[in-house]
Amino acid sequence: MVRIRLAEESLVDPILRGEIRCPCHLYSGQEAIAAGLGACLNERDYVFGNHRSHGHFLAKGGGMNELIAEIFCRQTGSARGRGGSMHLIDPEVGMLGAAPIVAGTISLALGAALATKIRRERRVTVSFFGDGATGEGVLYESLNFAALKKLPLLFACENNLYATHMPIGECRVASAIHRVAAPFCVESRVVDGNDVLKVYETARWAVGRCRKGQGPVFLEFRTYRFRGHVGPDDNIQGSHTDIRPQSEVRRWLQKDPIKRFERYLTRNGILDARTLHAIRDEAQAEVEAAHAFAQASPLPAPEELTDYVYR
Amino acid sequence: MSTDRILAFSLAINEALHQMMESDPSVFLIGQGVKSPWYVGNTAQGLLERFGEARVIDTPVSENAMTGAAVGAALAGMRPVAVHPRMDFMFYAFDPIINEAANWHYMNGGRLPVPVVFWGIINRGGEQAAQHSQALQATFAHVPGLKVVMPSTPYDAKGLMIAAIRDPNPVVFIDERWLYRLEGPVPREIYEVEIGRASVRRAGRDATLVAASYMAFEAAKAAETLSREGIDIELIDLRTIKPLDEETIVASIRKTGRLVIADGGWRSFGVAAEVAAVASEKAFDSLQAPIRRVTLPDCPAPASSSLERVYYPTSADIASAVRQAVQAT
Repeated sequence: MVRIRLAEESLVDPILRGEIRCPCHLYSGQEAIAAGLGACLNERDYVFGNHRSHGHFLAKGGGMNELIAEIFCRQTGSARGRGGSMHLIDPEVGMLGAAPIVAGTISLALGAALATKIRRERRVTVSFFGDGATGEGVLYESLNFAALKKLPLLFACENNLYATHMPIGECRVASAIHRVAAPFCVESRVVDGNDVLKVYETARWAVGRCRKGQGPVFLEFRTYRFRGHVGPDDNIQGSHTDIRPQSEVRRWLQKDPIKRFERYLTRNGILDARTLHAIRDEAQAEVEAAHAFAQASPLPAPEELTDYVYR
Repeated sequence: MSTDRILAFSLAINEALHQMMESDPSVFLIGQGVKSPWYVGNTAQGLLERFGEARVIDTPVSENAMTGAAVGAALAGMRPVAVHPRMDFMFYAFDPIINEAANWHYMNGGRLPVPVVFWGIINRGGEQAAQHSQALQATFAHVPGLKVVMPSTPYDAKGLMIAAIRDPNPVVFIDERWLYRLEGPVPREIYEVEIGRASVRRAGRDATLVAASYMAFEAAKAAETLSREGIDIELIDLRTIKPLDEETIVASIRKTGRLVIADGGWRSFGVAAEVAAVASEKAFDSLQAPIRRVTLPDCPAPASSSLERVYYPTSADIASAVRQAVQAT
């Protein structure tokens, strides 16, 4: 969680200075979901992300250097500077990709889960998507087929209460997203997405069900993004103003998943403040080294423009 | 390879699927109606019995998710063939085909290939009207990252299906129901027809006639008619729409100086327009007459047979266009 938070916050100034130009959808505030769920997966499991996937990539084992270099669109980035922030991939650790077409990767995860079922492997596939994706029909097509074939697929819906600028209440009548799974006979739960232990516990149950061949699971994680939909603030029409009520933002800042977990650790005598500082310092050093790595890396060569159109 | 065995076009596809599924456990077939001859003719016969439901997957009516599942399975190391018995329904699947499959390799810096076949069947005619008979080759060929193949013979149908399955890129395999009963020599063994290579079906000196799929069949009939009139046609069957075999087209125009293109898609911004553009860019100095296009008009497909008769071009239309090209000076 700390690695993700510090990576995200390290991007704020370079974005504001215009050094990072690709659209960055920061994950600050939602770290407990990627970290808690990621802890239940192994390297052979598959993950598909969306537009807000820096955290998914790191939690699945993607490298900090490759992440930061990709966001700076360098040749050394995870997608060699062709994808930017919204296309993060590392097949070697099972991160099969991320894409910003809302709900576009849900069916890809469905297919990866189908592949593992055909091959009779015990891999689990996770599809991360947001509350906005529940407006797309392909989610329901995928729920139906996953249930029909009992696929080892975990639908991980991160409900941060806003689809870009639209509050969830203006997008759907029923606020309990997890209930969309019921008509398809898919098991579902709603979880406090800012409580990493609850995330871990529920995800472990869900991943276990998938791995045992008991069919797909739908998890709704209630959470909140501390930053804008894209970039540090909600940058609507270039006004750099957050469209969410300040009181609401402040209330959610109190539920910061990292602070909550740190409090839990110190109160229960599991880790002391000094160790927590050391963890933070180590992560900060890793992030700074990644920025240095990105800065020192070349941009893709213009003569390589059309490389990779085809294999 | 032995070529003494005669097989129907649809059974040539069927044999390709049998042999690829037999030789490669990562190949599977997914799509609506793969269990039913009503949907896919006899192209899928015997597959379910031989390979089972795990690899011959008949699906709910969910083109978007089912095509996306094929793409996702390809990303996870499989070689799926996703069939759309009426390619009109592929519009529901444009997101996984275009946004995801076509872009995935490029936008991820070449980290992961997408070896998937999107197989779409054109069902022209039969009073099926505008949503059951569309030919979308130009639409797919416009998209970087996709390859598009359109066989016109049983030999090419088998060889191109095998090549498409083995290709590490997303390949759109388009065929026409009207070709399914066409018979021709098909070797029994596994072989590939190279993607990106046209075939000169007939050598000639008076005009170059370029066509693909069912229109190549009509073009061959036109070439016969014209030959009786003393007009000597060089007939190029494209076989692959993208990447277009520009070399073969240009070499032929350099020889004949005249070009007619017959395509089963709409006129504007279509395959014929692209071939004409290549000719004017790369063989302008050889052209002795204006280029002629024989295509569908810019009009949706009608139902009534009285309208269908004027909607679908035939060998007579092709022959007439060639005569105009040859007579022009």
